[in-house]
Amino acid sequence: MVIRNRLGLHARAAAQLVKAANRFESEILIEKDGAAVDGKSIMSILMLAAQKGSIISVTTHGIDEKQAIAAIKELIGNGFGED
Amino acid sequence: MVLEKIKFVKDTCYVGLGVSPGIAIGEVFFLSRVREPGVSRTISADQVGEEIAHFQEAVALFKQQLVDAKGRITDKKMHQHLFIIDAHLLILEDKMFLNETVARIRDDLLNAEGAVKNTLRSFENLFDSIEDEYLRDRKADLESVGDRLVRNLRGETIRSVDEIGEKTILAAHDLSPADAMQIDRKKVFGLLTDRGGRTSHTAILARSMGIPAVFGLGNFTATIPNGMPVILDGTNGMVIINPSDGTFKEYLAKKQTLEYIESRLAQLRDLPAETQDGKRVSLRANIEFPAEVGSAFKHGGEGVGLYRTEMLFLGRNTLPDEEEQFRDLREVVEKMAPHPVTIRTLDIGGEKILANESYQRETNPAMGLRAVRFSLRETGIFKNQLRAILRASHYGRARVMFPMISSLVELRACRECLEEAKEELRLAGTLFDPQMPVGIMVETPAAVMIADLLAKEADFFSVGTNDLIQYCMAVDRGNQNVAYLYQPLHPAVLRMLAMIARSAAEAGIPCEICGEMAGDPLYAPVMLGLGFNELSMNAYSIPVVKRVIREFRYGDAEKLVAALINFTTAEECREHLENEVLKRFPDLSQASRI
Repeated sequence: MVIRNRLGLHARAAAQLVKAANRFESEILIEKDGAAVDGKSIMSILMLAAQKGSIISVTTHGIDEKQAIAAIKELIGNGFGED
Repeated sequence: MVLEKIKFVKDTCYVGLGVSPGIAIGEVFFLSRVREPGVSRTISADQVGEEIAHFQEAVALFKQQLVDAKGRITDKKMHQHLFIIDAHLLILEDKMFLNETVARIRDDLLNAEGAVKNTLRSFENLFDSIEDEYLRDRKADLESVGDRLVRNLRGETIRSVDEIGEKTILAAHDLSPADAMQIDRKKVFGLLTDRGGRTSHTAILARSMGIPAVFGLGNFTATIPNGMPVILDGTNGMVIINPSDGTFKEYLAKKQTLEYIESRLAQLRDLPAETQDGKRVSLRANIEFPAEVGSAFKHGGEGVGLYRTEMLFLGRNTLPDEEEQFRDLREVVEKMAPHPVTIRTLDIGGEKILANESYQRETNPAMGLRAVRFSLRETGIFKNQLRAILRASHYGRARVMFPMISSLVELRACRECLEEAKEELRLAGTLFDPQMPVGIMVETPAAVMIADLLAKEADFFSVGTNDLIQYCMAVDRGNQNVAYLYQPLHPAVLRMLAMIARSAAEAGIPCEICGEMAGDPLYAPVMLGLGFNELSMNAYSIPVVKRVIREFRYGDAEKLVAALINFTTAEECREHLENEVLKRFPDLSQASRI
């Protein structure tokens, strides 16, 4: 997936992503340039330093993995409701 | 121990970063002083359990404090900023942060303070390696969280923003966004901090709340006593401690003028800048950040007359790529549409942005390799910028201008680069405005002398009066021994301005002034009479200049200029001008001018 909002995964977007991730039981991994981090940890997400245009991949694993990936896909897809 | 009361000399001046404009006068109130460093101490194995519990309590307390703070924010306008508190809450719930801190207590036998400090430091180091400035600046959020956590661990009660009295200038080592959001604007007139930069969350908040603020004052909070009278000038990034009567009066007058302008803003904003006899002038804003577009609108700016592009290049290790520049420019152009935005290409020397041996500090940078001279040598960087400008032009009305032009050869070379950039975009199928006007800054005496030739090949002129006066008078304004020679009304300067305006008029191209002169209401009738009908200035100067223009007659301005041109010295010119202008605007005295 491509990060589309202007400021990238900044504080507001990262907070939204982590909040969404924490609603699910499943393990959620966000990967950028070969580094995979815990999607439920804001520090990890911020440290990915995903600017606009970055390509990231999302993997979910667990009982609600389908719902989890759909929710995160939607959030990133609509640029976190920004722009 | 008895602390000796430190006496403060009158008018002690501190200089920091003006992050939110305006003047505030009040007494300083310290929310927090120097950051608690967090003292590391080794603990014994049987204390581990206790120390972990202590840490968890401090975290829980902090979370409660943040939730409470959120609850107290009732101002609807602040709701869009609540995510910052959410981000801090998420850091406190972050497994990576919690687990690592607990591990440090358990495995390294560290006390909680030391463990928190070490954990955050390891994260901060990682943040430093992030290239994107905005994302890198989020380190400040971590520091803010760490500071409060250490205070909680020590059981310190933090002075809360509720304790603040009237007429307060709030000072803190580092003000957290959560604290800033709770500020009562009726009581708090200004903000001062030791830390923080222009893009910190708290700076963004201060600007959106309209509270003047100066950040980055070093160890200011460690030295100034509570209750000290202080003047804060957020426009110029200055703080004056213990002001003398004279200084106090001067700033009070400035502040009142600003407030007067502020109160008339709404009325003046939508009125045209038109003289009594119907001559229409365009007033625009000089800006350097996309965030300033709002201020340009608020003050009635009809576009941006000078967008300085240097800011994106400074204070970083790598050059911004075309995409980053495009995003920045597009935001300005798009928000300002349908008004025009004049984008000036890079106006600095290579040593400021390239760590390259060939660009070492020059002995005379004002006359060295800078502006288009640099751009034409580093055409890769130049064309990147030109492509970004062209792409942005698709989203509104952009104009490009080249700084420090001193010959036709330079203008032609710049145009050639622009044509190449256009061709590259065309091949890639990228949209841009093919008619984008191309102008030049007239700021070297050479450009003035060949203004008639330049006017045939440029689509518009913009006069940078600051540099033009410096080069014309051969004077460095920063040198106190000769600064008196910086005279906007020197006959040499007036003749040059007249020459530029005449060349532009004969060629039928627009001619703008974007130097400091444009924002000084005293000079407004002069520029008007000389024939400049586009003026670009700091946004907050627009209303004052507009007022003078609206109450003047163009015919009178022409007569005034005809008289000025005949005087033989700058001193005579100034005296005549002050008499003529102050006769009509007695409140526009020296002290109240901004």
